[in-house]
Amino acid sequence: MTDAIEALRERVERAFANQEQLQIVGGASKTFLGRTPVGEPIHVDECQGIVSYEPTELVITARAGTRLDELDRTVREAGQLLAFEPPHFGPDATLGGTVACGLSGPRRPYAGAVRDFVLGVKIINGKGELLRFGGQVMKNVAGYDVSRLMTGAMGCLGVLVEVSLKVLPRPASECTLAFEMDVDAGLTKMLALAASTTPLSGACFTQGHLHVRLSGTQAGVAAAARQLGGEHTDAALWADVRELTHVALNGTKPLWRISVPATTPNNRDLAADLIDWGGALRWVRTDAPASTVRQWAEASGGHARVFSDGDRDNSAFHPLKPAVLAIHQRLKKAFDPNAVLNPHRMYAQF
Amino acid sequence: MAEPGLARQASSLSNSGVAIIMKPTVIDDLLGVLPSNCVLHATEDLRPYECDGLSAYRQLPLAVALPETIEQVRAVMQVCHRHRTPVVARGAGTGLSGGALPLSDGVLLGLAKFSQILDIDPIGRTARVQPGVRNISISEAAAPHGLYYAPDPSSQIACTIGGNVAENSGGVHCLKYGLTVHNILKLQIVTMEGEMLEIGSDALDSAGFDLLALMTGSEGLLGVIVEVTVKLLPIPEHAQVLLAAFDDVESAGEAVGAIIAKGVIPAGLELMDNPAIRAAEDFVHANYPVDAAAILLCELDGAQDDVSDQITTVDGVLRSCGATEVRVARTAAERATFWAGRKAAFPAVGRLSPDYYCMDGTIPRKELGHVLQCMAQLATQYDLRVVNVFHAGDGNLHPLILYDANVPGELQRTEELGGRILELCVEVGGTITGEHGVGIEKINQMCVQFAAAELSQFHAVKHAFDVDGLLNPGKAVPTLARCAEFGAMHVHHGNLKHPELERF
Repeated sequence: MTDAIEALRERVERAFANQEQLQIVGGASKTFLGRTPVGEPIHVDECQGIVSYEPTELVITARAGTRLDELDRTVREAGQLLAFEPPHFGPDATLGGTVACGLSGPRRPYAGAVRDFVLGVKIINGKGELLRFGGQVMKNVAGYDVSRLMTGAMGCLGVLVEVSLKVLPRPASECTLAFEMDVDAGLTKMLALAASTTPLSGACFTQGHLHVRLSGTQAGVAAAARQLGGEHTDAALWADVRELTHVALNGTKPLWRISVPATTPNNRDLAADLIDWGGALRWVRTDAPASTVRQWAEASGGHARVFSDGDRDNSAFHPLKPAVLAIHQRLKKAFDPNAVLNPHRMYAQF
Repeated sequence: MAEPGLARQASSLSNSGVAIIMKPTVIDDLLGVLPSNCVLHATEDLRPYECDGLSAYRQLPLAVALPETIEQVRAVMQVCHRHRTPVVARGAGTGLSGGALPLSDGVLLGLAKFSQILDIDPIGRTARVQPGVRNISISEAAAPHGLYYAPDPSSQIACTIGGNVAENSGGVHCLKYGLTVHNILKLQIVTMEGEMLEIGSDALDSAGFDLLALMTGSEGLLGVIVEVTVKLLPIPEHAQVLLAAFDDVESAGEAVGAIIAKGVIPAGLELMDNPAIRAAEDFVHANYPVDAAAILLCELDGAQDDVSDQITTVDGVLRSCGATEVRVARTAAERATFWAGRKAAFPAVGRLSPDYYCMDGTIPRKELGHVLQCMAQLATQYDLRVVNVFHAGDGNLHPLILYDANVPGELQRTEELGGRILELCVEVGGTITGEHGVGIEKINQMCVQFAAAELSQFHAVKHAFDVDGLLNPGKAVPTLARCAEFGAMHVHHGNLKHPELERF
């Protein structure tokens, strides 16, 4: 296993010396994300395996190439879960890709995002140095939080080779309730529930229905369900929401992921096909010009990206303000001075 | 009080007799951009700013700037940048690692005047506040809406949110509710060049790198925080506390793992060893079992039905792990009494010994028995006493080494023992600081935890924000050349600064 890491390190070091470009590949399940990958592939999937897992410590440490399926299964067998409920987008999804892409599922507003659960990482920076940040403990304020900086950085700052994640107990009881209503009422209801002590673990709106998931103890979930009413429905819905396989998202137009404050009213011109995260995530298939979508997202206090089926090289990520872009470029240089790793995968400028 | 700026620009004669104009000093230029009552530079005015909560380290700054608007903060930064003068930002100065210790050639930037809560959105459950707002004020302002701000460092009545972000502060409820980094959405910062940056967003994530996480806990080395948007949570319907006594510390440690194995995440989970129990009991009379080797305090919160379920579960676990006694607080007053001893543990220990030295390591919880055993051996070896209080849920240890600075050699032995304990924390996979920050205090121990290439990477990160290295230089990340000595927090005769505050 150390050999696998050392082989990756040597490869990056060589690329650094020769000014080569590398595209980092795990299970290739998320190749469609971001801008078009360029450079020689560097395969992380051989660097796999769970390094340590002690359920009572609430921490699992695994090599980046470990399949997400294996992680899910392992923690499930111990009565736990990855509480950020990561989308897989394919059976070969890896831990490294999941963390690098920084995506979280329906539980995110209530349990936290992937970045909230990353405790430590081992990375190879663009110079071919193997570095370790954070650790396997919950509280750790020594040094800058490079572990979380790596999360969602699309491999532009380093090759993830090992990650420690916080895990949580799987709730003893869960149920899913559906309520028929219009979208405006749905948005209002999601906000009201989130401001109450209802044990929420999911709230999405699609096709004229609000869907709510409750998680907690048997007694707590039963009491909340009685109070809310609604119709008990299939929990399989949440996997479809997470994997974007819900029928409401079928289509061929560009799929936009619009992240806005949950209080943002529905935009009839950019009507969401599916609203997740209690109102804070709007999935819209639309041919509307990128500028229209972005203006609305930005005016609402959020950001928008073409997730799939669109002009990935021009619209993948929401443009950054000049001062923030400059910081990104300098950080890129700090970790990857020769621009070896996933060049231009996130933004054209670095 | 303030010297007229022009006086400092007085012309003087060079040896050749040619009049030359002295360049304006940084103080002159600060007086040019701030009202004169917002610039302090007379020694007696600087004195209150010479240290933060770590009063063992003191240094007068060149000047103190107390701006009242963001535009003034920007102007101060521009002046300092032009003069290549270092800047140390400061909130309430309650930090325990010397992060806000001034520099003799630097400007101390006090943000206490930024004390307004700008907006509370009860529907979106956020608050937009200035950096000088006290932590507890946010929860107080949100309370009428049934909401609160979760991170609650023990100094919350005084510490400011800007400092909380800079240190990534925790509190006793971290295991369930997370640290500052988990509870904020957006920052406005001013860079060393005086430029404004918006980091994060009002949505749950933002485009680009996670600069919000990078800024959180960066100890004032990357930017000056001038506005913070925090998340608010619904106030739990119900909270309840259990107290369990154990005959040995290891069993208490195992009980913590066993509670979590049952799927319960307590809101707070604290462990005290026998010397800490006795000290606390002598001090506040919380009716603690003074013969117990250790006690665990376990707080559960949530909906009424959830809490009742969990109380039953936890009670069973504690007994099966060998608890000799389990008490459940029956009233709010009893709950407060259970906590009173824990909260008074540090001042209580201050009564046992002329001086103590507080450590802040975090370890994987499973190593507790091993670490306590090694610490006891080390204490014997160094002929010193160690008292332990422990945020058991998240593995954050606060060993207190008791010593007397007036006994020749004891201070030095204490520092050595402290160093060995931190090395032990790193050795078992932990960290040198769980919540107090590195600051100036633990800067040397960073050398134990990180390799040279990692420290160099940290410096490169700083360089990306602060090219000239003017923001709080010399703190948090040691230069490679410095990696040699050890520093520590020393409390003389219990004289922590702000003794009125609950700590740790």
